[in-house]
Amino acid sequence: MPEKKTFRITHNRKWCKDCGICVAVCPKKVYEIDRSDRHAIVNPQNCIGCRMCVEHCPDFALTVEEAKNE
Amino acid sequence: MRLDLLRSERLPNIWCPGCGNGIVLRALLEAIDQLQLDPDNVVLVSGIGCSSRAPAYTAFDNVHSLHGRAIPVATGIKLANPDLTVIVVTGDGDSSAIGGNHLIHAARRDVDITVVVFNNYNYGMTGGQASPLTPTSSITTTTPNGMLDRPFDLVKLAAGAGATYVARSGIYFAKHLVDHLKKAIAHDGFSLVDAVAQCPTYFGRFNRKGSAGQMVTSQKDWMVLKSVAEKKTPEELAGKVIIGEFVNIERHAPVSAAAPKEQA
Ligand SMILES: Cc1ncc(C[n+]2csc(CCOP(=O)(O)OP(=O)(O)O)c2C)c(N)n1
Ligand code: SF4
Ligand code: SF4
Ligand code: SF4
Ligand SMILES: [Mg+2]
Repeated sequence: MPEKKTFRITHNRKWCKDCGICVAVCPKKVYEIDRSDRHAIVNPQNCIGCRMCVEHCPDFALTVEEAKNE
Repeated sequence: MRLDLLRSERLPNIWCPGCGNGIVLRALLEAIDQLQLDPDNVVLVSGIGCSSRAPAYTAFDNVHSLHGRAIPVATGIKLANPDLTVIVVTGDGDSSAIGGNHLIHAARRDVDITVVVFNNYNYGMTGGQASPLTPTSSITTTTPNGMLDRPFDLVKLAAGAGATYVARSGIYFAKHLVDHLKKAIAHDGFSLVDAVAQCPTYFGRFNRKGSAGQMVTSQKDWMVLKSVAEKKTPEELAGKVIIGEFVNIERHAPVSAAAPKEQA
Protein backbone atom coordinates (compact mmCIF):
# COMPACT_ATOMS: atom_id res chain seq x y z
CA MET A 1 0.00 0.00 0.00
CA PRO A 2 1.48 3.41 -0.94
CA GLU A 3 2.30 5.51 2.06
CA LYS A 4 0.54 8.82 2.55
CA LYS A 5 2.78 11.65 1.37
CA THR A 6 3.88 14.11 4.01
CA PHE A 7 5.09 17.65 3.46
CA ARG A 8 7.49 19.93 5.20
CA ILE A 9 6.44 23.57 5.48
CA THR A 10 8.92 26.36 6.12
CA HIS A 11 7.79 29.79 7.16
CA ASN A 12 10.06 32.83 7.06
CA ARG A 13 9.07 34.85 10.11
CA LYS A 14 11.18 37.81 9.05
CA TRP A 15 9.40 38.25 5.71
CA CYS A 16 5.83 37.33 6.76
CA LYS A 17 3.42 40.23 7.33
CA ASP A 18 0.61 38.18 8.91
CA CYS A 19 -1.76 39.12 6.06
CA GLY A 20 -3.80 35.90 6.26
CA ILE A 21 -3.84 35.12 2.53
CA CYS A 22 -2.36 31.66 3.17
CA VAL A 23 -5.17 31.03 5.68
CA ALA A 24 -7.75 31.98 3.03
CA VAL A 25 -6.35 29.88 0.18
CA CYS A 26 -5.30 26.70 2.05
CA PRO A 27 -7.92 23.97 1.48
CA LYS A 28 -6.81 22.03 4.59
CA LYS A 29 -6.84 24.66 7.35
CA VAL A 30 -3.12 24.28 7.94
CA TYR A 31 -2.69 27.92 9.00
CA GLU A 32 -4.35 30.36 11.33
CA ILE A 33 -3.96 34.01 12.26
CA ASP A 34 -3.73 33.54 16.01
CA ARG A 35 -5.11 35.63 18.85
CA SER A 36 -2.14 37.96 18.73
CA ASP A 37 -2.77 38.53 14.97
CA ARG A 38 0.24 36.42 14.03
CA HIS A 39 0.56 33.77 11.35
CA ALA A 40 0.66 30.29 12.89
CA ILE A 41 1.05 26.78 11.45
CA VAL A 42 -1.60 24.82 13.33
CA ASN A 43 -2.31 21.66 11.29
CA PRO A 44 0.86 20.83 9.31
CA GLN A 45 -0.06 17.13 9.24
CA ASN A 46 -3.10 17.95 7.04
CA CYS A 47 -1.01 19.48 4.25
CA ILE A 48 -1.60 17.87 0.84
CA GLY A 49 1.21 19.76 -0.91
CA CYS A 50 -1.02 21.75 -3.29
CA ARG A 51 1.18 24.87 -2.83
CA MET A 52 -1.74 27.28 -3.00
CA CYS A 53 -0.20 29.03 0.00
CA VAL A 54 3.23 29.25 -1.64
CA GLU A 55 1.85 30.69 -4.89
CA HIS A 56 -0.28 33.29 -3.10
CA CYS A 57 2.01 34.49 -0.32
CA PRO A 58 2.93 38.03 -1.40
CA ASP A 59 6.03 37.97 0.76
CA PHE A 60 7.82 34.82 -0.43
CA ALA A 61 7.58 33.57 3.15
CA LEU A 62 6.42 29.98 2.55
CA THR A 63 7.92 26.86 1.01
CA VAL A 64 6.35 23.40 0.93
CA GLU A 65 8.42 20.34 0.13
CA GLU A 66 7.63 16.67 0.15
CA ALA A 67 9.19 15.11 3.22
CA LYS A 68 11.38 12.10 2.50
CA ASN A 69 10.38 9.33 4.92
CA GLU A 70 13.50 7.49 6.01
CA MET B 1 10.36 29.50 -8.33
CA ARG B 2 14.08 29.90 -7.82
CA LEU B 3 14.59 32.03 -4.73
CA ASP B 4 17.94 33.16 -6.13
CA LEU B 5 16.04 35.27 -8.69
CA LEU B 6 15.17 37.51 -5.72
CA ARG B 7 17.47 39.99 -4.01
CA SER B 8 16.86 38.48 -0.59
CA GLU B 9 18.90 41.14 1.16
CA ARG B 10 16.25 43.70 0.13
CA LEU B 11 13.36 41.73 1.66
CA PRO B 12 10.89 42.00 3.30
CA ASN B 13 9.41 44.09 0.51
CA ILE B 14 7.99 47.55 1.15
CA TRP B 15 4.40 46.63 0.18
CA CYS B 16 1.49 46.60 2.64
CA PRO B 17 0.44 43.30 4.22
CA GLY B 18 -1.62 41.36 1.67
CA CYS B 19 -0.68 43.54 -1.33
CA GLY B 20 -1.09 41.67 -4.62
CA ASN B 21 2.14 43.00 -6.12
CA GLY B 22 4.21 40.25 -4.53
CA ILE B 23 1.95 37.58 -6.02
CA VAL B 24 2.33 38.97 -9.55
CA LEU B 25 6.08 39.30 -9.01
CA ARG B 26 6.31 35.67 -7.94
CA ALA B 27 4.35 34.60 -11.03
CA LEU B 28 6.66 36.64 -13.25
CA LEU B 29 9.76 35.09 -11.70
CA GLU B 30 8.19 31.65 -12.06
CA ALA B 31 7.49 32.31 -15.75
CA ILE B 32 11.06 33.49 -16.40
CA ASP B 33 12.39 30.46 -14.51
CA GLN B 34 10.19 28.01 -16.43
CA LEU B 35 11.28 29.55 -19.75
CA GLN B 36 14.88 28.86 -18.63
CA LEU B 37 15.99 32.31 -19.71
CA ASP B 38 19.56 33.27 -18.90
CA PRO B 39 19.12 35.82 -16.07
CA ASP B 40 21.93 37.88 -17.61
CA ASN B 41 19.80 38.44 -20.72
CA VAL B 42 16.66 39.63 -18.91
CA VAL B 43 16.03 43.30 -18.19
CA LEU B 44 13.08 44.65 -16.22
CA VAL B 45 11.98 48.26 -16.65
CA SER B 46 9.37 49.97 -14.50
CA GLY B 47 7.76 53.38 -14.09
CA ILE B 48 6.56 54.79 -10.79
CA GLY B 49 4.04 53.29 -8.38
CA CYS B 50 3.97 50.59 -5.73
CA SER B 51 4.02 47.95 -8.50
CA SER B 52 6.94 49.65 -10.21
CA ARG B 53 9.13 48.82 -7.23
CA ALA B 54 8.98 45.13 -8.10
CA PRO B 55 12.04 44.95 -10.41
CA ALA B 56 14.35 46.19 -7.66
CA TYR B 57 13.61 43.01 -5.68
CA THR B 58 14.90 40.82 -8.51
CA ALA B 59 18.38 39.72 -9.46
CA PHE B 60 17.95 41.01 -13.05
CA ASP B 61 19.38 44.23 -14.38
CA ASN B 62 16.59 46.77 -14.06
CA VAL B 63 15.67 50.42 -14.52
CA HIS B 64 13.21 52.15 -12.20
CA SER B 65 12.39 54.99 -14.59
CA LEU B 66 9.90 57.88 -14.54
CA HIS B 67 6.15 57.78 -14.09
CA GLY B 68 4.61 56.49 -17.33
CA ARG B 69 7.91 56.29 -19.16
CA ALA B 70 8.95 52.66 -18.73
CA ILE B 71 7.93 51.72 -22.28
CA PRO B 72 10.17 54.24 -24.08
CA VAL B 73 13.10 53.24 -21.86
CA ALA B 74 12.40 49.57 -22.59
CA THR B 75 12.12 50.31 -26.32
CA GLY B 76 15.54 51.96 -26.25
CA ILE B 77 17.11 49.00 -24.44
CA LYS B 78 15.57 46.56 -26.93
CA LEU B 79 16.80 48.60 -29.92
CA ALA B 80 20.31 48.85 -28.47
CA ASN B 81 20.52 45.11 -27.82
CA PRO B 82 17.77 43.05 -29.50
CA ASP B 83 19.11 39.84 -27.90
CA LEU B 84 17.81 40.94 -24.50
CA THR B 85 14.42 39.90 -23.16
CA VAL B 86 12.92 43.22 -22.08
CA ILE B 87 9.97 43.21 -19.70
CA VAL B 88 8.08 46.28 -18.51
CA VAL B 89 6.62 46.15 -15.00
CA THR B 90 3.94 48.81 -14.66
CA GLY B 91 0.74 49.73 -12.80
CA ASP B 92 -2.73 50.47 -14.15
CA GLY B 93 -2.09 54.18 -13.62
CA ASP B 94 1.47 54.13 -14.91
CA SER B 95 0.51 52.27 -18.11
CA SER B 96 -2.93 53.64 -18.98
CA ALA B 97 -3.00 57.21 -17.62
CA ILE B 98 0.28 59.14 -17.81
CA GLY B 99 1.89 56.39 -19.91
CA GLY B 100 -1.12 55.61 -22.09
CA ASN B 101 0.27 57.17 -25.23
CA HIS B 102 3.52 55.26 -24.98
CA LEU B 103 1.50 52.07 -24.55
CA ILE B 104 -0.62 52.46 -27.66
CA HIS B 105 2.26 53.55 -29.85
CA ALA B 106 4.56 50.74 -28.72
CA ALA B 107 1.68 48.38 -29.53
CA ARG B 108 1.16 50.06 -32.91
CA ARG B 109 4.83 49.69 -33.73
CA ASP B 110 4.81 46.12 -32.43
CA VAL B 111 7.99 46.67 -30.41
CA ASP B 112 9.21 43.26 -29.21
CA ILE B 113 8.81 43.85 -25.47
CA THR B 114 6.44 42.42 -22.86
CA VAL B 115 4.32 44.72 -20.71
CA VAL B 116 3.04 43.28 -17.44
CA VAL B 117 0.36 45.50 -15.91
CA PHE B 118 -0.01 45.02 -12.16
CA ASN B 119 -3.66 46.11 -12.23
CA ASN B 120 -5.10 46.98 -8.81
CA TYR B 121 -7.69 49.41 -10.22
CA ASN B 122 -6.25 52.48 -8.51
CA TYR B 123 -3.16 54.58 -7.80
CA GLY B 124 -1.93 52.72 -4.74
CA MET B 125 1.25 54.66 -4.10
CA THR B 126 -0.36 58.09 -3.85
CA GLY B 127 -3.31 57.07 -1.69
CA GLY B 128 -5.91 55.34 -3.83
CA GLN B 129 -6.94 57.77 -6.56
CA ALA B 130 -8.92 56.64 -9.61
CA SER B 131 -7.08 55.39 -12.68
CA PRO B 132 -8.42 54.89 -16.22
CA LEU B 133 -8.96 51.23 -15.28
CA THR B 134 -11.05 51.94 -12.15
CA PRO B 135 -14.45 50.29 -12.65
CA THR B 136 -17.54 52.52 -12.88
CA SER B 137 -19.14 53.31 -9.47
CA SER B 138 -15.99 52.44 -7.50
CA ILE B 139 -15.04 54.64 -4.56
CA THR B 140 -11.57 56.15 -4.71
CA THR B 141 -9.97 59.23 -3.15
CA THR B 142 -10.82 61.23 -6.28
CA THR B 143 -14.27 59.66 -6.78
CA PRO B 144 -15.70 59.74 -3.24
CA ASN B 145 -19.25 59.31 -4.56
CA GLY B 146 -18.34 56.63 -7.07
CA MET B 147 -16.55 56.65 -10.43
CA LEU B 148 -18.80 58.18 -13.09
CA ASP B 149 -16.75 57.28 -16.15
CA ARG B 150 -16.31 53.96 -17.89
CA PRO B 151 -12.87 52.36 -17.61
CA PHE B 152 -10.70 51.36 -20.52
CA ASP B 153 -10.82 47.69 -21.35
CA LEU B 154 -7.03 47.34 -21.44
CA VAL B 155 -7.22 44.16 -23.49
CA LYS B 156 -9.28 45.84 -26.21
CA LEU B 157 -7.13 48.97 -26.06
CA ALA B 158 -3.91 47.01 -26.61
CA ALA B 159 -5.51 44.82 -29.27
CA GLY B 160 -6.96 47.83 -31.10
CA ALA B 161 -3.60 49.57 -31.02
CA GLY B 162 -1.91 46.60 -32.71
CA ALA B 163 -0.46 44.40 -29.95
CA THR B 164 0.23 40.93 -31.29
CA TYR B 165 -0.16 39.11 -27.94
CA VAL B 166 -2.73 40.14 -25.32
CA ALA B 167 -3.92 38.20 -22.28
CA ARG B 168 -5.57 38.84 -18.95
CA SER B 169 -5.32 36.86 -15.76
CA GLY B 170 -5.74 37.26 -12.02
CA ILE B 171 -3.52 36.46 -9.07
CA TYR B 172 -5.96 33.85 -7.69
CA PHE B 173 -5.38 31.84 -10.88
CA ALA B 174 -1.66 31.59 -10.26
CA LYS B 175 -0.88 28.85 -12.81
CA HIS B 176 -3.03 30.55 -15.46
CA LEU B 177 -1.14 33.77 -14.80
CA VAL B 178 2.25 32.05 -15.09
CA ASP B 179 1.22 30.29 -18.32
CA HIS B 180 0.11 33.52 -19.97
CA LEU B 181 3.18 35.41 -18.78
CA LYS B 182 5.32 32.68 -20.35
CA LYS B 183 3.50 32.96 -23.67
CA ALA B 184 3.72 36.76 -23.59
CA ILE B 185 7.47 36.74 -22.88
CA ALA B 186 8.16 34.07 -25.52
CA HIS B 187 6.06 35.94 -28.11
CA ASP B 188 7.88 37.73 -30.91
CA GLY B 189 6.29 41.21 -30.98
CA PHE B 190 4.52 43.53 -28.57
CA SER B 191 2.78 41.61 -25.81
CA LEU B 192 0.72 42.70 -22.84
CA VAL B 193 -0.63 40.85 -19.84
CA ASP B 194 -3.28 42.53 -17.69
CA ALA B 195 -2.55 40.92 -14.30
CA VAL B 196 -5.38 41.75 -11.91
CA ALA B 197 -4.17 42.05 -8.31
CA GLN B 198 -5.46 43.54 -5.07
CA CYS B 199 -4.70 46.76 -3.22
CA PRO B 200 -6.32 45.96 0.13
CA THR B 201 -5.14 49.22 1.68
CA TYR B 202 -7.03 51.58 -0.64
CA PHE B 203 -9.22 50.05 -3.36
CA GLY B 204 -10.18 47.16 -1.11
CA ARG B 205 -10.91 49.24 1.96
CA PHE B 206 -12.81 52.01 0.11
CA ASN B 207 -14.97 49.49 -1.73
CA ARG B 208 -15.51 47.10 1.17
CA LYS B 209 -13.89 44.16 -0.55
CA GLY B 210 -12.97 42.50 2.75
CA SER B 211 -9.61 41.17 3.89
CA ALA B 212 -6.67 40.57 1.58
CA GLY B 213 -7.50 36.86 1.73
CA GLN B 214 -11.10 37.56 0.65
CA MET B 215 -9.88 39.81 -2.15
CA VAL B 216 -7.73 36.95 -3.43
CA THR B 217 -10.31 34.16 -3.22
CA SER B 218 -13.22 36.31 -4.48
CA GLN B 219 -11.51 36.51 -7.88
CA LYS B 220 -12.98 33.10 -8.61
CA ASP B 221 -16.46 34.62 -8.20
CA TRP B 222 -16.06 37.62 -10.50
CA MET B 223 -13.54 36.37 -13.04
CA VAL B 224 -14.57 33.94 -15.77
CA LEU B 225 -12.33 31.87 -18.04
CA LYS B 226 -12.69 32.92 -21.68
CA SER B 227 -13.55 29.36 -22.70
CA VAL B 228 -16.43 29.34 -20.18
CA ALA B 229 -17.53 32.90 -21.03
CA GLU B 230 -17.98 31.97 -24.71
CA LYS B 231 -20.92 29.76 -23.68
CA LYS B 232 -22.61 32.43 -21.52
CA THR B 233 -25.14 35.15 -22.35
CA PRO B 234 -24.27 38.85 -21.95
CA GLU B 235 -26.68 38.95 -18.97
CA GLU B 236 -24.79 36.13 -17.27
CA LEU B 237 -21.51 37.94 -17.87
CA ALA B 238 -22.64 41.31 -16.48
CA GLY B 239 -20.09 42.52 -13.94
CA LYS B 240 -17.67 39.68 -14.71
CA VAL B 241 -14.09 40.06 -15.89
CA ILE B 242 -13.03 37.59 -18.56
CA ILE B 243 -9.56 36.06 -18.34
CA GLY B 244 -7.55 34.21 -20.95
CA GLU B 245 -5.74 34.85 -24.21
CA PHE B 246 -7.34 37.45 -26.50
CA VAL B 247 -4.74 38.07 -29.21
CA ASN B 248 -1.95 35.80 -30.40
CA ILE B 249 -0.99 36.62 -33.96
CA GLU B 250 2.14 36.77 -36.09
CA ARG B 251 4.27 39.81 -35.69
CA HIS B 252 3.56 42.50 -38.28
CA ALA B 253 6.05 42.08 -41.12
CA PRO B 254 8.79 44.69 -41.03
CA VAL B 255 8.23 47.18 -43.85
CA SER B 256 11.88 48.29 -44.17
CA ALA B 257 13.50 48.64 -47.61
CA ALA B 258 11.33 46.09 -49.50
CA ALA B 259 8.49 48.25 -50.86
CA PRO B 260 10.49 51.21 -52.25
CA LYS B 261 12.83 48.84 -54.17
CA GLU B 262 9.93 47.22 -56.03
CA GLN B 263 8.68 50.62 -57.12
CA ALA B 264 12.05 51.66 -58.52
C1 LIG C 1 5.23 62.90 -13.33
C2 LIG C 1 4.60 62.36 -12.10
N1 LIG C 1 3.29 62.60 -11.86
C3 LIG C 1 2.70 62.09 -10.78
C4 LIG C 1 3.40 61.34 -9.89
C5 LIG C 1 2.72 60.81 -8.66
N2 LIG C 1 2.44 59.37 -8.75
C6 LIG C 1 3.30 58.48 -8.23
S1 LIG C 1 2.77 56.89 -8.42
C7 LIG C 1 1.35 57.42 -9.20
C8 LIG C 1 0.30 56.46 -9.66
C9 LIG C 1 0.65 55.03 -9.56
O1 LIG C 1 -0.44 54.23 -9.88
P1 LIG C 1 -0.22 52.81 -10.51
O2 LIG C 1 0.62 52.91 -11.72
O3 LIG C 1 -1.56 52.17 -10.69
O4 LIG C 1 0.69 52.05 -9.44
P2 LIG C 1 0.30 51.37 -8.03
O5 LIG C 1 0.89 52.28 -6.99
O6 LIG C 1 -1.19 51.26 -7.94
O7 LIG C 1 0.96 50.05 -8.09
C10 LIG C 1 1.32 58.82 -9.29
C11 LIG C 1 0.21 59.59 -9.90
C12 LIG C 1 4.76 61.09 -10.17
N3 LIG C 1 5.51 60.33 -9.36
N4 LIG C 1 5.32 61.61 -11.26
S1 SF4 D 1 0.44 34.69 3.09
FE1 SF4 D 1 2.62 34.89 3.58
S2 SF4 D 1 2.83 36.92 4.49
FE2 SF4 D 1 0.66 36.42 4.53
S3 SF4 D 1 0.35 35.47 6.56
FE3 SF4 D 1 0.75 33.80 5.14
S4 SF4 D 1 2.95 33.48 5.26
FE4 SF4 D 1 2.57 35.48 6.19
S1 SF4 E 1 0.50 23.26 0.33
FE1 SF4 E 1 -1.75 23.39 0.20
S2 SF4 E 1 -2.49 22.12 1.88
FE2 SF4 E 1 -0.32 22.50 2.28
S3 SF4 E 1 -0.33 24.28 3.62
FE3 SF4 E 1 -0.11 25.05 1.52
S4 SF4 E 1 -2.19 25.47 0.83
FE4 SF4 E 1 -2.37 24.21 2.67
S1 SF4 F 1 -0.94 50.96 -1.24
FE1 SF4 F 1 -1.96 49.26 -2.27
S2 SF4 F 1 -0.65 48.81 -4.05
FE2 SF4 F 1 0.57 50.08 -2.62
S3 SF4 F 1 1.70 48.58 -1.36
FE3 SF4 F 1 -0.18 49.11 -0.26
S4 SF4 F 1 -1.65 47.53 -0.89
FE4 SF4 F 1 0.03 47.49 -2.37
MG1 LIG G 1 -2.45 50.72 -9.51
